[in-house]
Amino acid sequence: MRELTAKSFELRQIVLDMIMQSGGGHIGGDFSVMDILVTLYFKQMNISPENRDDPDRDMFVLSKGHSVEAYYAVLAAKGFFDTEKLVREFSAFGSKFIGHPNNKLPGIEMNSGSLGHGLPVCVGMALAGRMDKRGNRVYTVMGDGELAEGSVWEGFMAAGHYRLSNLCAVIDRNRLQISGGTEEVMSHENLADRIRSFNWNVINVNGNSIEELNKAFEEARLEKQKPTCIIAGTIKGFGGGEIMENKAVWHHKVPSQEEYETIRAELNRRREAALHE
Amino acid sequence: MNKIPNRKAICNVLLERAQTDRDIVVLCSDSRGSASMAPFFERFPDQSVEVGIAEQNLVSLSAGMAKCGKKAFCFSPASFLSTRSYEQAKVDVAYSNTNVKLVGISGGISYGELGMSHHSAQDIAAMSSIPNMRVYLPSDRFQTACLTEALLQDQKPAYIRVGRNPVENIYQEYCPFEIDQASVIPNGDVQKAVSSGKANWQALGENDVAIVACGEMTGPAVSAAALLWEKGIPSVVLDMYCVKPLDKKALIQAAGHAKLVITVEEHSPFGGLGAAVSQAVASECPKKVINLALPDTPVITGKSQAVFDYYGLNSVGIAKTAMENL
Ligand SMILES: [Mg+2]
Repeated sequence: MRELTAKSFELRQIVLDMIMQSGGGHIGGDFSVMDILVTLYFKQMNISPENRDDPDRDMFVLSKGHSVEAYYAVLAAKGFFDTEKLVREFSAFGSKFIGHPNNKLPGIEMNSGSLGHGLPVCVGMALAGRMDKRGNRVYTVMGDGELAEGSVWEGFMAAGHYRLSNLCAVIDRNRLQISGGTEEVMSHENLADRIRSFNWNVINVNGNSIEELNKAFEEARLEKQKPTCIIAGTIKGFGGGEIMENKAVWHHKVPSQEEYETIRAELNRRREAALHE
Repeated sequence: MNKIPNRKAICNVLLERAQTDRDIVVLCSDSRGSASMAPFFERFPDQSVEVGIAEQNLVSLSAGMAKCGKKAFCFSPASFLSTRSYEQAKVDVAYSNTNVKLVGISGGISYGELGMSHHSAQDIAAMSSIPNMRVYLPSDRFQTACLTEALLQDQKPAYIRVGRNPVENIYQEYCPFEIDQASVIPNGDVQKAVSSGKANWQALGENDVAIVACGEMTGPAVSAAALLWEKGIPSVVLDMYCVKPLDKKALIQAAGHAKLVITVEEHSPFGGLGAAVSQAVASECPKKVINLALPDTPVITGKSQAVFDYYGLNSVGIAKTAMENL
């Protein structure tokens, strides 16, 4: 786990470089969601460049598509494409590395970007997997601001109705969205209870701990009657240090050169700390 | 008098094909009855998915299933499917390129009495402006069956609109069909109908009028051509069930050999068949084009045939328009 934690900070540095190079991106959410993606891709999901067309592969949809920089960085680390090319071409004119997930790229199943689509799409994938008795698992990651989309709840409803235990939804619960705190913008009081009432298994974890996340995903596999939702409590901008963490302004802010150096140094420090823990 | 609506023709094909193709799945939003899909749900419960009254969910689920290798046929009233779940059609189906066939049932003003909420007079415009979305409005049940068979063979998204009520047979058992080719009907004589690729434009000669129609308006267009022929006015009807991709080759031939083009559709005057035909004719072979369509106003309510008659969307109205403009 120590190596993976270190890797998560390395990948945040890639994200930082992508955003500096292109002059745009959603860095706050990238940093909060990174540990979730690293856990899924390096500990949980049966998906790799070699089996990407295998019908038995695990399926993933990044519903909060604006965290695409983190997603691309993880896919590159997983060998789906070249990291240098990614950093160079991200958001460039005509590039395939566009500012939201693009399934013309290897490893990406669905285009996303508009919020509230990932969960319902994954309900369809989970139904298909069950229909074909595949035994694979289906994962989606949503933002917490995204939960205001009605279509998310249509997805919760259908998955609970069909008892899709092969489906696992993760909420990147960083409690911030572009205009401010999620609870001020549109509150999610008793979120776990709300989701439980749709016939879901709900697990709360520290979403910036790969170890805790991994345990939660293991626990979700044991649930055979219901879909599982992991509410991953995260810090927006996690790893970026004091200047960045928990600040709504970093939703899609591009760092100045000075901020870049500070964030980079902080990521490096945490990477080292993780390795020598 | 035909009693079989086009939606039933789709169900019959799927019932037949699903016996050997386990990947065919049907999804409904509490709409299996109005979609004529109840027999499918009964016969193939493992290949049927009910999502409840949730059209956005319906389309996203269909896309997810299609991504996993299913041939998803997704049925909901056209009014809801084309607008309530518009973004799901755009992003999850067209943009992600999933093999989903969106079937808009009770299209146009099928629910004539129920008011604008239940009319889909904008679905062609909405769907055809999405990249990678094809739009089909088959005319009679025979053509609908041919279209369904053809769509089972490809992996691409499409929107298909059918009406609620049975429409009179146009083609009888013989139905010329090639995907994305209009059928060409000289002087309303269906016995002589051919797919446009097989049409002999030379032999068809010069016509006074080319009538281009789709969906439920094709029948009246054919009858109008017969009325015109009785008055000595030669015409050609294009059954343009493929509104997108529009069969431009056939259109240019038909319009190029006519004095006047009339389009007829059960749709708003904007962004539908008339708009597409006018665009193509204006740029390729300029001729006068008259668009017969529903008005840009909440359509008067009543049984759909009464509504069609009120707006002149019938054989007499089409023939009259031709005679007044020649
Ligand atoms: Mg958030």
